[in-house]
Amino acid sequence: MNPWLRVSIYFVGAPLLGGLLAGWDRRISARMQSRQGPPLLQPFYDVLKLWQKENIVVRRSQNFYIFFFLLLVIFTGALFFAGSDLLLVIFALTLAAIFFVLGAYKASSPYSFLGAERELLQMMAYEPMVLLTAIGMYMVTRSFYVHEIASHPTLLVLGLPGVFLGFLYTLEIKFRKSPFDLSSSHHAHQELVRGITTEFSGRALALIEIAHWYETVFLLGWVYLFFAASPLLGAAVSVLVFLFIILVDNVFARLTWQTALRSAWLAAAVLGGGNILVLSLLR
Amino acid sequence: MILGPLAAGAGLACLKPERLRRLLVASVTLAVAGGALALARLPAPGDLAGFHHHALNLAMSVVEAGMGLYVIYVGSRARRPLIVALMLAQAGLLGWLEWAHGSRLVAAHNLFLDKLSIIMALINGLVGGGICLYALGYMEEYQALHREVADRRPFFFALLFVFLGAMFGVIFANNLLWLFLFWEITTLCSFLLIGYTQTAEARRNALRALEMNLAGGLAFALAIVWLFQRTGSIELQTLITQKSALALAPAALLCFAGLTKSAQMPFSSWLLGAMVAPTPVSALLHSSTMVKAGVYLVLRMAPIITGTKVGLLVALVGAVTFLIGSLAAISASDAKKVLAYSTVANLGLIVVCSGIGTYAAVWAGVLLIIFHAVAKCLLFLCVGAVEHRLHSRDIEAMSGLLLKMPRLAVMMLIGMAGMFLAPFGMLISKWAVLKAVVDAYPALSLFIVFGSAATLFFWVKWMGKLLESVHPQEPERSDLALGESLALYGLSATTFLACLFFPLISSRFIEPYVVGVYGQCVSMSPGNLIIMTIMMVMILLFPLSFLNYGRGVKVMDAYLGGANLHSSVRFLGSANQPQTVTTNNYYLRSFFPEPALARWGVMLGTALLACMLTLAVAGPGAEARTPKETLKPEVQAPPPMVQTGAPDEAQLPANSATRRRPDFGLWNRRL
Repeated sequence: MNPWLRVSIYFVGAPLLGGLLAGWDRRISARMQSRQGPPLLQPFYDVLKLWQKENIVVRRSQNFYIFFFLLLVIFTGALFFAGSDLLLVIFALTLAAIFFVLGAYKASSPYSFLGAERELLQMMAYEPMVLLTAIGMYMVTRSFYVHEIASHPTLLVLGLPGVFLGFLYTLEIKFRKSPFDLSSSHHAHQELVRGITTEFSGRALALIEIAHWYETVFLLGWVYLFFAASPLLGAAVSVLVFLFIILVDNVFARLTWQTALRSAWLAAAVLGGGNILVLSLLR
Repeated sequence: MILGPLAAGAGLACLKPERLRRLLVASVTLAVAGGALALARLPAPGDLAGFHHHALNLAMSVVEAGMGLYVIYVGSRARRPLIVALMLAQAGLLGWLEWAHGSRLVAAHNLFLDKLSIIMALINGLVGGGICLYALGYMEEYQALHREVADRRPFFFALLFVFLGAMFGVIFANNLLWLFLFWEITTLCSFLLIGYTQTAEARRNALRALEMNLAGGLAFALAIVWLFQRTGSIELQTLITQKSALALAPAALLCFAGLTKSAQMPFSSWLLGAMVAPTPVSALLHSSTMVKAGVYLVLRMAPIITGTKVGLLVALVGAVTFLIGSLAAISASDAKKVLAYSTVANLGLIVVCSGIGTYAAVWAGVLLIIFHAVAKCLLFLCVGAVEHRLHSRDIEAMSGLLLKMPRLAVMMLIGMAGMFLAPFGMLISKWAVLKAVVDAYPALSLFIVFGSAATLFFWVKWMGKLLESVHPQEPERSDLALGESLALYGLSATTFLACLFFPLISSRFIEPYVVGVYGQCVSMSPGNLIIMTIMMVMILLFPLSFLNYGRGVKVMDAYLGGANLHSSVRFLGSANQPQTVTTNNYYLRSFFPEPALARWGVMLGTALLACMLTLAVAGPGAEARTPKETLKPEVQAPPPMVQTGAPDEAQLPANSATRRRPDFGLWNRRL
């Protein structure tokens, strides 16, 4: 498929798919807690409602950062689905996340400040494994390009079982779900309030939601990459991974940042690093 | 160019009047920068013939002897037997060499010039020159603020220029004896500059710097003697083009010298201690001179040590330094200390590149040198200026700096972005380093990924501190001196321009050098360049959003649990006590304790260096380079990089199956 076509489909389709997934997430979570849950399209209603709200800020420039966060998240996904260099995709993703964090710093409220600090901690926790995932894929396929990785004839996960597990671990952090909802709790009645998004409301919050939809699709696309040789299996595993993350979210309580950081780095070093060591010895 | 600054230094030492000094500093800086630029435009760099003069050699010997005597005097007065012993050992070695082979110690070319030396000269001339301009204004403020420090400005500026001159000497020298002389001058200058304030701490740190660099000097002297014994030559070019493993031991010794000077792990404490000096000194040591002389030498050795165990150990030292330096920077709240750790870490990355020594790695290493020099210098100068205005260099004190000193804060943010953020220079380099490392030693990439994660953390939290303004701030009047503004604006612009013109820098300077040494080179593929450019444009668009500043928004107080006392910063606490909000960054001091990290660094670094020296010196030399080790994975051209200038592709194995058979010997070292 033409890369431009893929990017166009991503640009239009990702928010739709991401929004549906978010609605599905809420329904499944509700069922796990013996609740009825909102309608499937609730996330879209939420965003539409947020869009009509008054624009309230603490600092006048705080929302600019959020706009660029969304822009760069979309850009990251576009790079990914266009088949670009995986390392550049990661760097773009980091840049996007930094805009989000800086926006929260700029908002200058204690809760968003704390959220920003913790989000940084989480970034520090997942960054090594994300890079190791790219390196592992390179070692199997000899290419950093997503389109070449995707067209590799064998299932990547066979050569990268450790990296895949480690990547799952980072996904938990990346989705900011329990046990790693350190920076932004979905339940605003807790000590953290809403953490990093505390001071964002109205359109800014809507933009953040949309960015998360794009991000979800992009990250599940990356999961798919491990199974790209067999598209059906890949799609199935991506869905399973999404369900698994919801399950974990509902089963675990929040970890302390110490445990989160330590365990994430340990997972990266042992699962990711070990896998890469074995690969380099086999080479 | 070497003599100009040296002479200016001598002149400045005698000049007392402030105005004359300004004139001289400005004109010499311009001349040096102009010279460096003119050099860059030279069509075909080559060996510089000439400069054989008996008197010149005699003068050098006299300078060397004088320096030796001074160091011994300093060492004995400070009761540091180690300094005296190191100096005596060096003097003994070189004296013996002179005495035994005096007449044969000649080099066909005392100086030489290639693209790498031109790059270094540009950095030295432009960045170093900028620092000298900045120092004019800064030192005036400094002396006014620190009345207790004796005003020795003529001496200070003289040293700065001698330093710059010696640095040019290090870059252009081909005769190793000359190189050694300039090397020792930089050591001595840094000792004197670090000890400028003459407080007890400054003296102690200066002596430590001297001690460690003299250890490197001793290794340097040993390398010269060794090389001469083995090959009968004292030329750098001969050493680099030595195909035999004869060169391995001297190269390892020179690497050791380079590692001391570039403050790699067992020796990094001298660079951290150098913070006590006035800021221009730190900037000079950290960005354009001194440490860059160290990595320059190690980078020069890259073609010799590539694929050997020595190379692997050098790369490991760099990797350990990068990781530990980055982790330690998290726990530091002193801005200068964060910068110092980040310097140590980034130099580690350059050393990793040199140790790997493949063409892709060397390309990345040179890129790192360029971008690091510019961004780090900018950051140091900003911190210096901020320190004078806030009377603190604690990062916590910089809260809301964007409102208080918008210009300085923006420049600082640019510098930080330049240090770690896509699509700025350092990130391009890190991208290249990662690729080079994965191709050569994948296990080393572990150090790099964890180190980069830490880098991200400490830079962003600093950026956040500049942006956040929990407490309202009033803007202060900007009162930068002319030289200061020139240096700061110039460097900020350079940080941007270096990224925009990065393809040009790469194709004009770095690629010719790497092709000259390895016969092939890499670069960024056009597709990736376009992506980087798009990202750059996005970043540049960000300031435009401020055109919309404050439109259509309603400003409210921050959420304080609903207990606000009519403000964003005061709230009603427990027992109805009014409380004020304070926010501080995470430093994770119990998680990444600095002393423990330093201890680990010293232990690991010492062990690795000991292994390296034993391997190089006691090892059988020629046998150290078994075919298995020369097998480099870059055989298979990494697809994301574009191959340029590969003259004989036929030597490259066609498929990956060949990679498993290590029987093609030294194919990858076409020199």
